[in-house]
Amino acid sequence: MAPTASTVPVSTAAGLRLDRGGPSAVLSLSGTWTLAADLSAANAFLADPHALDGLPSSTLRVADAGIAAWDSPLLVFLRRLAVAAPKGTTLDLSGLPSGVRALLDLASAVPPRARDAAPPEPSWLARVGLASQACFQHTGESLRFLVDLAASAGRMLVGKGRHRRADFLDVLSECGPGALPILFLMSLLVGMIVAFLGAIQLKLFGAEIFIADAVAIAMTREMGALMTGIVMSGRTGAAFAARLGTMQVNEEIDALRTLGFSPMDYLVAPRALALLLMMPLLATYSMAAGILGGAIAGIATMDLTPAQYLHETLSSMSVKGIASGLFKAAVYGVVIAVSGCRQGIACGRSAESVGTATTAAVVNAIVWIIVMDSLISVLYMLLGI
Amino acid sequence: MTAADQAPLRAEHLTLAYGERVIQRDLDFTVNRGDIFIVMGGSGCGKSTLLRHLIGLQRPAAGRVFYGAADYWAADPADRAAILRRIGVLYQGGALFSSMTLAENVAVPLETCTPLPPRDIRALAELKLALVGLAGFGDYYPSEISGGMRKRAGLARALALDPEILFFDEPSAGLDPVSAKRLDDLMLRLRDALGATLVVVTHELASLLSIGTNSVFLDAATLTQIATGAPRDLLADCPDPTVQAFLRRGELPPPPKTKETRP
Repeated sequence: MAPTASTVPVSTAAGLRLDRGGPSAVLSLSGTWTLAADLSAANAFLADPHALDGLPSSTLRVADAGIAAWDSPLLVFLRRLAVAAPKGTTLDLSGLPSGVRALLDLASAVPPRARDAAPPEPSWLARVGLASQACFQHTGESLRFLVDLAASAGRMLVGKGRHRRADFLDVLSECGPGALPILFLMSLLVGMIVAFLGAIQLKLFGAEIFIADAVAIAMTREMGALMTGIVMSGRTGAAFAARLGTMQVNEEIDALRTLGFSPMDYLVAPRALALLLMMPLLATYSMAAGILGGAIAGIATMDLTPAQYLHETLSSMSVKGIASGLFKAAVYGVVIAVSGCRQGIACGRSAESVGTATTAAVVNAIVWIIVMDSLISVLYMLLGI
Repeated sequence: MTAADQAPLRAEHLTLAYGERVIQRDLDFTVNRGDIFIVMGGSGCGKSTLLRHLIGLQRPAAGRVFYGAADYWAADPADRAAILRRIGVLYQGGALFSSMTLAENVAVPLETCTPLPPRDIRALAELKLALVGLAGFGDYYPSEISGGMRKRAGLARALALDPEILFFDEPSAGLDPVSAKRLDDLMLRLRDALGATLVVVTHELASLLSIGTNSVFLDAATLTQIATGAPRDLLADCPDPTVQAFLRRGELPPPPKTKETRP
């Protein structure tokens, strides 16, 4: 709005003046008391510890000496003034606009509530104890979840589980074929990386042809399953946690319970079985893609013919090696389903907790995949597989 | 005409649509200063959609929304931001940021839109929380308090920048009758003390009849407004059967007053 000739120029600063003469002191307020105004005079007044010394009586009258505009800052000032005034002083606000008094009454209508005292910080010994307790509890819960899941999967396999076939098929297609493109890319690249790494060493001995063996063995025994596990924990494990977490926030899981469905039977078992079925298939695919990647790298950088490479690859692969990789993949599938679904079901009721649950699901799945990988590798070594 | 006597909010031939699907068309209404303006209508008639269009969350398919003299959707982004700073919105569930305490929630608009030092911001946040009856709750997280308190905390955040227009989306939804009445009282007192204008989306009869001073009635069947005016007046004289059914909870209106010819 353009200023017109008739508008009176208004100071954009808050003004105040304390007058100690007369029977009681008068604090006159003037000017603009808004968020945009210059409040330095008011702040300086409150900051001065002697500003209110030597008042003639126990009443301090606050008067409106031309307040042009006011907002919350005026209210804040008056609340601070009440605290800063010497003990026993009463503020007489009757001279202020009625809106100011109404808002101050409203603000003091409900007495402030003191925050419950925080419990004392535990000592480091207590913290270690609490952390170990939580760790045991967490492991116990995971195991119980796994046992429940096994029972539920058993019911489902004998046809007594209560789930919708359409849901199961949806999950199957989502965690199976849907993952193929990204898995192909990742595995192809890993196969190439293994080939390049091996090539540098094997060239020193003139044994380039063994590149094919290295890639084939690495992909079938280890990398195929591991890459599938990592891709699927990021893709499907996170999706499970987010999906079930959102259902928890939305009270859908409560609704399932009251409709007589066990969330374990209805939601978790189909997902776990779908992953258990799909993971070995995906791992086979990943192995093939990795071997293809190794072949591309090997044939492109060394003088190996495709026929030579293929022959060497086939001679180094064994049913035992492939089977051991597929078993790992199946185990990872269970790990991903359990961590994803458990975090989702245990999710809190807020939007934030869905994010936390999803993060925890992916982190847990990857950590446990690596741990299981090492355990199974040790087991294979002991059994001589 | 100066800004002072211009209506703070005005809708002109407003058409609301999601893609091809028209929700409401040709809405024309004026919200005057100091009004408690009720947006009412049955479920699914587009009340909340209208609110989203008024507060700049969604661009209307046709028509204009005026804040004072400024056409909101024709303004450039900086002017739009300035307009939005003059309004406050209370969302249905409070819409508090769950990772922040109540005091931090109220402080967010103050920190970004004013040059105040942290100490003053803290004091302002405490004042706003005290105004809605939540003094001393500044350090609580939204998850630690009840739904009604969350709603009031949302109101404290909406009040942070001393808005000229306050929008309420279903303020009494999910509240018990006593809390709902208290929220109504709080809205009235804040309006009187701050001189603000309130726009309230609601279908809570008790509330809209007691506080509303003006209204627009959206009809889901004809997809447009079928009545405007103070809800109590509509209850008394609106001839439209849909409006009457709504305001009387489906009970039949009294027989129409026949114009008696004086003997």
